[in-house]
Amino acid sequence: MNQQEGYEDDVVKGFIIWSMVWGLVAVLLGVVISFQIAFPQLNLPPYLTYGRLRPIHTNAGIFGWGIGSFMAFFIYITQRLTKRSLWSPALARVQLWLFNVVIALAAVTLLLGMNRSKEYAELEWPVALLVVVLWVIFSVNIVMTVVKRREEQMYISLWYILATLVGVAVLYLVNNAAIPISLTKSYSAYAGANDANVQWWYGHNAVAMVLTTPPLAIFYYFLPKSTGVPIYSHRMGVIAFWSLIFMYLWTGAHHLLWTPVPDWVQTLAMAFSVMLIAPSWAAVFNGYFSMNGQWQQMRDNYLVKFLIFGITFYGLQTLQGPSQAIRTFSAFIHYTDWVPGHVHMGTLGWVSLVLFAAIYYTVPKIYRTEIHSIPMANLHFWLAVTGQLMFSISMWISGVQQAAMLNATNPDGSLHYSFMETLVELYPYWHVRALGGVIYLAGLVLFIYNIAKTMSRGNTLAAAQKA
Amino acid sequence: MIEKKPIIFLLLATMAILVGTVVTMVAPFKWINDPKLAIASVKPYTPLQLEGRDIYIREGCNNCHTQMVRPLLSDTERYGEYSKSGEFAYDQPHLWGSRRNGPDLARIGGKYPDAWHVKHMKDPRSMVPRSNMPAYAFLEQPLDTGLSEKKMKALKFPYTRADLDELSGKTEMDAMVAYMQKVGNDIPWRKTGRAEVLGELDNPFQDNMAVLPEGKELYLQHCAQCHGEDLKGEVGPGLEDLDQPDSAVFNIIYVGSPEAGMPAYGDSLGKERIWKLVTYLKSVHRR
Repeated sequence: MNQQEGYEDDVVKGFIIWSMVWGLVAVLLGVVISFQIAFPQLNLPPYLTYGRLRPIHTNAGIFGWGIGSFMAFFIYITQRLTKRSLWSPALARVQLWLFNVVIALAAVTLLLGMNRSKEYAELEWPVALLVVVLWVIFSVNIVMTVVKRREEQMYISLWYILATLVGVAVLYLVNNAAIPISLTKSYSAYAGANDANVQWWYGHNAVAMVLTTPPLAIFYYFLPKSTGVPIYSHRMGVIAFWSLIFMYLWTGAHHLLWTPVPDWVQTLAMAFSVMLIAPSWAAVFNGYFSMNGQWQQMRDNYLVKFLIFGITFYGLQTLQGPSQAIRTFSAFIHYTDWVPGHVHMGTLGWVSLVLFAAIYYTVPKIYRTEIHSIPMANLHFWLAVTGQLMFSISMWISGVQQAAMLNATNPDGSLHYSFMETLVELYPYWHVRALGGVIYLAGLVLFIYNIAKTMSRGNTLAAAQKA
Repeated sequence: MIEKKPIIFLLLATMAILVGTVVTMVAPFKWINDPKLAIASVKPYTPLQLEGRDIYIREGCNNCHTQMVRPLLSDTERYGEYSKSGEFAYDQPHLWGSRRNGPDLARIGGKYPDAWHVKHMKDPRSMVPRSNMPAYAFLEQPLDTGLSEKKMKALKFPYTRADLDELSGKTEMDAMVAYMQKVGNDIPWRKTGRAEVLGELDNPFQDNMAVLPEGKELYLQHCAQCHGEDLKGEVGPGLEDLDQPDSAVFNIIYVGSPEAGMPAYGDSLGKERIWKLVTYLKSVHRR
């Protein structure tokens, strides 16, 4: 424990707490909008409609919960892997403040309808500028800590951290280029098919640089920490890292199959999406093979359960994703519920399970105590997995059913179903999804309670020691 | 080796990221929106249409509605002519969307009369039973036109004083409807793509009472929103006294009448169901 004395962990505590707050907001709003889809009278215009709440749900999820906790763990992990304290704790405190200001501003402006309409890049330009400042502050601190490190070798997690810093910066700057009209309104700098191509280059690589490389950095650090055995293959990690960050950037146009974006761009996106299976599964195998001789830990160690289920969902996700990126399959399921089903296996399954494990591991460490309740953490695990599976499986079935109905034709070549005739069949699935969301939310509340109890016990112990 | 040199590592990672970026994102600028792909009949938005589009963006309509008809049978039969690059040249940002919680809107312009849109926007379920769209009655508020001219200038769209004057006294609903009527309607696809009905038009269900329940069901589902449950008319004309031959009634349902605001149902319902509808409508007349 003495080894931790030199590390700047107060700001890590701050980021963990606030990311959990925004995570709760994201899941709560997710449940609300899932009910709004199933029961339209729950829309309360003008502010509380699906159209305005859904961007807040995605932004709170990706940027509040996701980026918030990545900031916590990048700061935590970087210090330990470089064997030195953070370059500038003061800058990190500014970063925590700015982070919360940005997310709160994002929520308020989106609720008021100030929205650029580009998915996951909805924030109007003044807020987007603050995001850029935030990212620069964060990146400088991490990079300087790495440059001035006391451990020569950089472990895999640090590569993913560095790639994330660069990747997000490039993506965000390009896709947010805008023509400002007023403080609350701007137009995209690109038009039509160009705008779409830039948007999905950004959109899909937000998946790469926000929902893949940071959780991988965290996974590669916390799996060995939790199990006590090293990662199976460093070399496989190296190959997977470079091929992953090289290939991901080619795949954006698989969101635009069958649109007027040039065919060759679509075909490249399709090919690279399939090729991405290799580096993705290299990470999965690295996780599984690290467990050789350690599988009993799935029973004994609740952290391992979260991590291995997380990487398993990642594996499923990276098989399903490329299959959707193929023209024929995309023609069938694109624009249906299949896609939210796919996305939520990644966010609720892969990213969140890994983050839960990291928080369960870290909080007792930095508060110098034990976790409040392991049975409660186990219950959280099962609620999260059950809720997630109910969500994704119901949406896959819903998507396939609607796609099949939309494609059904009569003997004379006319369509068998109108759009509405297919939509009314989806209500039961939407009810199941909403229930899945409620179960996931219940698990999340349990998790936050467990962590809060652990934190307050740590604080009490620290106060007692001082006295 | 490079695992010990963070700055070189950062540079290499940036390069790895930029290769795909340049090939698939930067290079296509040379091909997309090429003047060769421009469509002369596609015009920029008027101030009123642009304000409507901004309301569409503000309300997040693109979260549930796509504006992209793919060249696939299930899309083109359902929505109309497939979308072309040149049609989006003035769209900053694009609004193609990613999920159809509601139907695609790329060809909504000219499909329904204005009155249909107003009624549907105010109370979607009065027009489409079991629709899950929120009600947008609050759009009947005065349109804020403070930035209209600045917006037109920023996007370099041509406008006249008269275009700006047109904005006075308009509601947000007016702007929204003006935008809806513009979407996808700049190319003459409705006329050129209009179905032709060839050959003998004999009602195969003439005097067949057995199809009346299904005909009525089809009427309630697809027609009653505009022509009234009791056929007395509302957005569209009353139909309780249809003094036209079966073939003429079939024809107008099958190919529609853009001038009168009547959508075409040939592609979505098919011949058989339209004949059943005709039989039902005519049976009401005879009663």
